[in-house]
Amino acid sequence: MVRRLSLRSPRPQRARRLKQARPPPSPPPPPTAAPMDSPSQPPPPAEGGSSADGEAVELPRLTVTQVEQMKVEAKVAEIYRVLFSNAPNANSLMLELWREQHTEYLTRGLKHLGPSFHVLDANRPWLCYWMIHALALLDEIPDEDVENDIVDFLSRCQDKDGGYGGGPGQLPHLATTYAAVNALVTIGSERALSSINRENLYKFMLQMKDTSGAFRMHDGGEIDVRACYTAISVASLVNILDCELAKGVGNFIRRCQTYEGGIAGEPYAEAHGGYTFCGLAAMILLHEADKLDLPSLIEWVAFRQGVECGFQGRTNKLVDGCYSFWQAAPLVLTQKLMTIVDEQLKSSYSSKRLPGDDAGASSSTEAVQYAKFGFEFIMKSNQMGPLFHSIALQQYILLCAQVLDGGLRDKPGKNRDHYHSCYCLSGLSVSQYSAMVDSDACPLPQHVLGPYSNLLEPIHPLYNVVLDKYHTAYEFFSSQ
Amino acid sequence: MAASSSTASEEDEWVPPSRRPELADVTPVPQDDGPHPVVAIAYRDDFREVMDYFRALYFAGERSLRALHLTAEVIDLNPGNYTVWHFRRLVLEALDANLQEEMDFVDRIAECNPKNYQIWHHKRWLAEKLGPDVANKEHEFTRKILAIDGKNYHAWSHRQRYLVITRSPLLGGLAALRDSEVDYTIEAILSNPQNESPWKYLKGLYKGENNLLMTDERISDVCLKVLKNDTACVFALSLLLDLLHIGLQPSDELRGTIETMKSSDPETQDADLATAICLILQKCDPLRINYWSWYRTTISSQI
Ligand SMILES: [Zn+2]
Repeated sequence: MVRRLSLRSPRPQRARRLKQARPPPSPPPPPTAAPMDSPSQPPPPAEGGSSADGEAVELPRLTVTQVEQMKVEAKVAEIYRVLFSNAPNANSLMLELWREQHTEYLTRGLKHLGPSFHVLDANRPWLCYWMIHALALLDEIPDEDVENDIVDFLSRCQDKDGGYGGGPGQLPHLATTYAAVNALVTIGSERALSSINRENLYKFMLQMKDTSGAFRMHDGGEIDVRACYTAISVASLVNILDCELAKGVGNFIRRCQTYEGGIAGEPYAEAHGGYTFCGLAAMILLHEADKLDLPSLIEWVAFRQGVECGFQGRTNKLVDGCYSFWQAAPLVLTQKLMTIVDEQLKSSYSSKRLPGDDAGASSSTEAVQYAKFGFEFIMKSNQMGPLFHSIALQQYILLCAQVLDGGLRDKPGKNRDHYHSCYCLSGLSVSQYSAMVDSDACPLPQHVLGPYSNLLEPIHPLYNVVLDKYHTAYEFFSSQ
Repeated sequence: MAASSSTASEEDEWVPPSRRPELADVTPVPQDDGPHPVVAIAYRDDFREVMDYFRALYFAGERSLRALHLTAEVIDLNPGNYTVWHFRRLVLEALDANLQEEMDFVDRIAECNPKNYQIWHHKRWLAEKLGPDVANKEHEFTRKILAIDGKNYHAWSHRQRYLVITRSPLLGGLAALRDSEVDYTIEAILSNPQNESPWKYLKGLYKGENNLLMTDERISDVCLKVLKNDTACVFALSLLLDLLHIGLQPSDELRGTIETMKSSDPETQDADLATAICLILQKCDPLRINYWSWYRTTISSQI
């Protein structure tokens, strides 16, 4: 049912320019100098849970989170110890992406899911997207039959008045609309793309707009940055974004940036990786990224990468594989925003004015070319290398998040699931391509940890769909 | 209103909807998955049957007591089903139901599903309907959830809604409050310098007030104090760097501390203070080597 590809030699099909971005001022250390040895870190407890308790008695200042943290560090350290004590060729084996196993796990899920999945009964377009996007990252395309079945199924989730619900007959919801549209774009056939009722979708979105300008998830639903992002991303992707939909969204998102620098779900809440991606990506699609305080956003995200080499979602939380995308992607986005960042740094040096303080006065009323922002952004060059440790992140994903039977997970000790498979692989793709000047340029071998056959398809990081599929959809919807 | 009690107490003698007299006139509506469903879930029989009866009442728009009971059952089976929550609110409104009882019902579900978006949204909807009297109870409820998981994102968001906004030093711009908050935060830092949260909070207290941050001597003092015990404390070094970046004139003590650190590293010999700190950070914080070397270039382009 799926075109099986075995280990491939380096990227034969597409002619990608082998052009390296201005390298980071000094090369990142090889994985052996990984930060597990960082002297500033408390040593992990010896083994098992009892020692952690003992230490908690000796060091009463440790918070509960810090004790949990030490347990995870110990587990991850053990995995890395095995890696670094191996012969180099054994390492390459350990660092391999288990394509076939992941493909099988994902393909199986597309067909059939066990009874325990009833808790995701209101998220079935998400299940479609997580699987079909993860497969696309692996360059695996399901049978045409399966693709057509997905299109038919999603049409049953499409409400007669626009938008997609979590399953047939369910209330239309912005997040499941995002999942459905991204899944259809990933399938990319004429049948898939034309199955989206754009007029009704536009009407649905207008109805979800609050008087503040922000979006609510569904009729009577919650208002937050996630709703704003999913609305703006979908509207931009299918070319229905206009001033009416865009009005006020940027100001709402700006109010969600916290004193820490990251973005929260709503004003006065805590900065969070998922919302930081959503907020920044939406602001770029609205052409209002300059309303955010980008230097402090960058600092907050950069500090979320921890000793385990993966990212945490919030300050003082445990590492989690899905943040490989939610946190790395905002930093990758800022690689194309350096002109704004430099300007904001200059003004923060010379005055105490906050970036964005003059916001609201500028732009927005004249006709704005919303259709173009997502496209122009991806065509822009990266103005610098990645601001996170890309090799270290790849190490976490490959060694700590992969499950031998296929699928990826949050962290060692947790079970695999389709959500984490999707976002671990999205994060892996984003890291692999982060050192290049152009978003679709082929990375050099030293940017790809493990065998070069680990290289995934590149994505459009504002929408998180595979780049080729994005271009197909962009062309299709530009002519509509 | 017995909406909430039906599921819990009758668990052992659960009667399928098809055998309930009060639903005898309802024709169940199966899910329209089409001939070739994808991501098809192998529903258990009880789940499928309850959903089929729910769909019948939902599609008919029936806002009745039996509909209310059925929504409680669906929520119990899958609290992530936002459609059923939405429909439940419509039914509650139509029946003019006792919302305090509804709050008790949702609290019991929240304790088992503390990370569910729909539950917290429903609580917010109820709290807004019940008015200001509910604030203390909600505050107490979030305390209970946070005692189990101190980082529960939804509980914190919910809690901040019921805090008197002016109590937050970050909002009122109240200088007096800030002063005591700085002392409190510094104490927290000194007791556990590896905890990043108070460092972030300290900087946040002066958001948009770089001049005040720079002139408050307690800030650079706490950095130097921490560095005495731990010369590689990334948070202290990074805050010092921020202070220099916004124009702090370094004290002799600060200069001395950095000079001592420089002397162990020939690369930093000719560097100015801020650049030296960046170079030190590149070494002692290798995970952020790209970040610190980028930061170094932004300093040199500005000073
Ligand atoms: Zn996760």
